[in-house]
Amino acid sequence: MSDLPFPIAREAVLRRRADPDLAGHDPHGPKEAVPGTGHGDSGPASKRIIVGYGFWIFLLSDIIVFSCFFAAYAVLQGSTAGGPTIKDIVDLPRTAIETGALLLSSFTCGLSYAATNARNKLWTQVFLGITAILGLIFVGLELQEFIELAGRGATPQRSAFLTGFYALVGCHGLHVSVGGLWLATMMAQVQLKGFRHEIIHRLICFNLFWHALDIVWVGVFSVVYLMGAAA
Amino acid sequence: MFGKLDWSAIPFNQPIPLITSVILILGILGVLGLITVKKWWGYLWREWITSVDHKRIGVMYMLLGVVMLIRGFADAIMMRTQQAVAIHSAGYLEPEHYNQIFSAHGTIMILFGAMPLVIGLMNFVAPLQLGVRDVAFPTFNSVGFWLTASGALLVNISLFVGEFSRVGWLPYAPLSETTYSPGVGVDYYLWAVQISGVGTLITGINMVTTVLKMRCPGMTYLRMPVFCWTTLASSLLIVAVFPILTATLAMLTLDRYFGFHFFTNDAGGSPMMFMNLIWAWGHPEVYILVLPAFGVFSEIFSTFSGKPLFGYRSMVAATLFICVVSMMVWLHHFFTMGAGAAVNTFFGISSSVIAVGTGVKIYNWIFTMYGGRVRFETPMLWSMGFIFTFIIGGLTGVLLAVPPADFLTHNSMFLVAHFHNVIVGGVVFAVFAAVEYWFPKAFGFRLHAGWGKAAFWFAFIGFWVTFTPLYILGLQGMTRRLQHIDVEAWRPMLQLSVVGVAILIVGVICQVIQLVVSILQRDKLRDETGDPWDGRSLEWATPSPAPFFNFAVMPNVEGEEAYWGIKQRAIDTQQLAPEPDYRPVEMPLNSPVGIYTAFFSTVTGFALIWHIWWLAGLGLFAAFIGFVVFAWRDVHEFEVPVEELIRVERGRRAARDAFLERIRQGEGAPS
Ligand code: HEM
Ligand SMILES: [Cu+2]
Repeated sequence: MSDLPFPIAREAVLRRRADPDLAGHDPHGPKEAVPGTGHGDSGPASKRIIVGYGFWIFLLSDIIVFSCFFAAYAVLQGSTAGGPTIKDIVDLPRTAIETGALLLSSFTCGLSYAATNARNKLWTQVFLGITAILGLIFVGLELQEFIELAGRGATPQRSAFLTGFYALVGCHGLHVSVGGLWLATMMAQVQLKGFRHEIIHRLICFNLFWHALDIVWVGVFSVVYLMGAAA
Repeated sequence: MFGKLDWSAIPFNQPIPLITSVILILGILGVLGLITVKKWWGYLWREWITSVDHKRIGVMYMLLGVVMLIRGFADAIMMRTQQAVAIHSAGYLEPEHYNQIFSAHGTIMILFGAMPLVIGLMNFVAPLQLGVRDVAFPTFNSVGFWLTASGALLVNISLFVGEFSRVGWLPYAPLSETTYSPGVGVDYYLWAVQISGVGTLITGINMVTTVLKMRCPGMTYLRMPVFCWTTLASSLLIVAVFPILTATLAMLTLDRYFGFHFFTNDAGGSPMMFMNLIWAWGHPEVYILVLPAFGVFSEIFSTFSGKPLFGYRSMVAATLFICVVSMMVWLHHFFTMGAGAAVNTFFGISSSVIAVGTGVKIYNWIFTMYGGRVRFETPMLWSMGFIFTFIIGGLTGVLLAVPPADFLTHNSMFLVAHFHNVIVGGVVFAVFAAVEYWFPKAFGFRLHAGWGKAAFWFAFIGFWVTFTPLYILGLQGMTRRLQHIDVEAWRPMLQLSVVGVAILIVGVICQVIQLVVSILQRDKLRDETGDPWDGRSLEWATPSPAPFFNFAVMPNVEGEEAYWGIKQRAIDTQQLAPEPDYRPVEMPLNSPVGIYTAFFSTVTGFALIWHIWWLAGLGLFAAFIGFVVFAWRDVHEFEVPVEELIRVERGRRAARDAFLERIRQGEGAPS
């Protein structure tokens, strides 16, 4: 375990400032080209930048998948085929709790990365654990919602509108679930292998993923539930 | 236990697929047997299957693409001959079978032929041109290749087990829904394309990151060869639109497997949404294919004209222009489906505007040749054939982009001729040119020039004899995808087209002979200097074949046309740059994760197609276990010792010294 105290240690902040990988991107850092940033004259970027960058691009492509489901939902929203409309199925209180859990989990995920930065294994694990629990609450509530709706006959087979609804919300839920599996393997890796370079890179990617899912959820919550309740 | 799978899936009563698949299976068994007898497995496993070297992966992509191209060509021969004989008669292919053939042909040619060929080129060439040792994510690169191979395998399994889709290369809904396509054909399509699509997305991410983040020192954006720019543009398009394909096919899968209503006729589903989504991917997809082809031609025109590319900056601008605008034209594929005059006008104009970017490029290539010392080597022949062919294809495209004209030609043979004109003339010609051009870099010897030129002339003439009749047939009113024909007047053109196919077959035979002859004469055709064409970009700074670490010392680029500058300096000063101090190099270790993933994705895909749920679950579980196990690995790289670097580098310098010596004696540069 690291001997640096939590929360973010001053040492860790200083180390971040001194990290050449980040220098080029730091508004307070040096302005001239820094070797290894991959810009202009400097040669290939460091592994850490490459991994983060590639993962960003993956996230962008994933967001395009989501936007297709958003578009489908928007197109099909009115096609209820005589079945329930969006107003009939939104349950705002439950969704509010879901949203709270997910936003909170993003916060704890951020805290876990602060602890990673301080190379503090215990707090990294604690916050990753809390993130996992909050994620589980989110998925659990969503599942409950789906089961209740299905019990009332509002299944995706009922109408095109419900198809779009289940697919969009479910696609996000599936992402959170897969993220949860990833999170579990990350916790095992952190525990058994410690803060090796590649593990820190993976933690960066995981953080990006989790925050991105949060942003997508804000979209789902607004477009499906808030606008639906107001409809 | 085995879901929908039983003995009736094997086509015992259909001689054509049965015989083909028996021959195929015997062939595969024969190859596997040969490998076993010759004890090549170890070599294959170490040097190819688990390799993460971008050049090896590139070569394997090309090999896959060529094999699929041959499979697709066989389909094409059947379709052309069927139409030529099925005039007022049934021909020799029943409708169900004929429909599978044209669907498989399009799917295979675009997604499993052209895509692997283009991706293979990007993989092989771009890192060398950027002066780096590998792509950003070498292991993922291998995964991407093997996933593509897995998809290709599934398509070919459908020949023997079950059936393939009958609804065309794009599964238009609602025809592709279970109501109208209850069999497993569409499911084969869905899972094969979905799996290979993941592989393509990986490549896109990989190449974008490589080009943007991994250039050698001094390689600023505006010093990159145009091929790297087109690689970037094409990969950006992959990242932007392949997710649309994934999402669309996922929706269709949900419709088919769980009774959802995305694209169904009933319960409010929207078939038009399918059209929009699939073409929002589909049109950019054709530019994903053709942009790298433009890159290839840019390299070749400047090398074989002995001049820098004319209008380099305008070329870059045109590439990026096409990249962006290609995402704003998709509706031209369904002008006739009732979008209304205003919408059609917008998309008609935006489609024609793309031709402006393409026109800029054509002029640049022509001006590159103008005033140059043009050498008519095989790659140059393909490139000049391309200019001619592609101009016609582009012009007919602009014609189709005029909505009133498209109402007459939509879904006719005219359309078929148009897109073959651009895809064969653009992409396939580029691939053949590129293979001739970069073959020495991959294998250390050139391809035989005479057979190469013969292949070009047969392919070029054969292409025009095959497709000009189709333009005429289209204007005479013949629609696409006809299994039999009731109009006597179309007979001559259909038969002429078969003559063209025969000429094309001769071209293919020439290609095969070229390969064999070149291998037999490899000592005579050996490329000693590593720079067989008097090249201008960094790949020619390496020895041929390029060592696995590409560059012993990372090059330092000081201007446009990186290698040309280095070469001219050496010729001017009559000596090579002083020897740098060598440092050990880190290279990624081989990894079996690619083949492992592909194995389980094939199993899972097959299980899902046949509704064998336990097997699908098992496959997914195994994939997850594999993911964890491979993530556990601690050592990812090994160090190449300095001695090895020096050995390779000294050999290269000796060859270059000999080259300088020859120039001194007045022999001139090799041509
Ligand atoms: C000058 C630029 C181009 C224009 C204006 C253009 C225009 C069009 C139009 C309007 C159609 C639809 C016709 C119809 O369905 O009635 C079409 C179809 C097609 N084009 Fe192009 N095109 C161009 C370049 C290309 C290129 C470069 C490629 C491939 C590398 C290509 C591949 C295709 C394919 C595959 C189809 C048919 C798809 C199908 O219906 O199955 N086009 N083109
Ligand atoms: Cu198009």
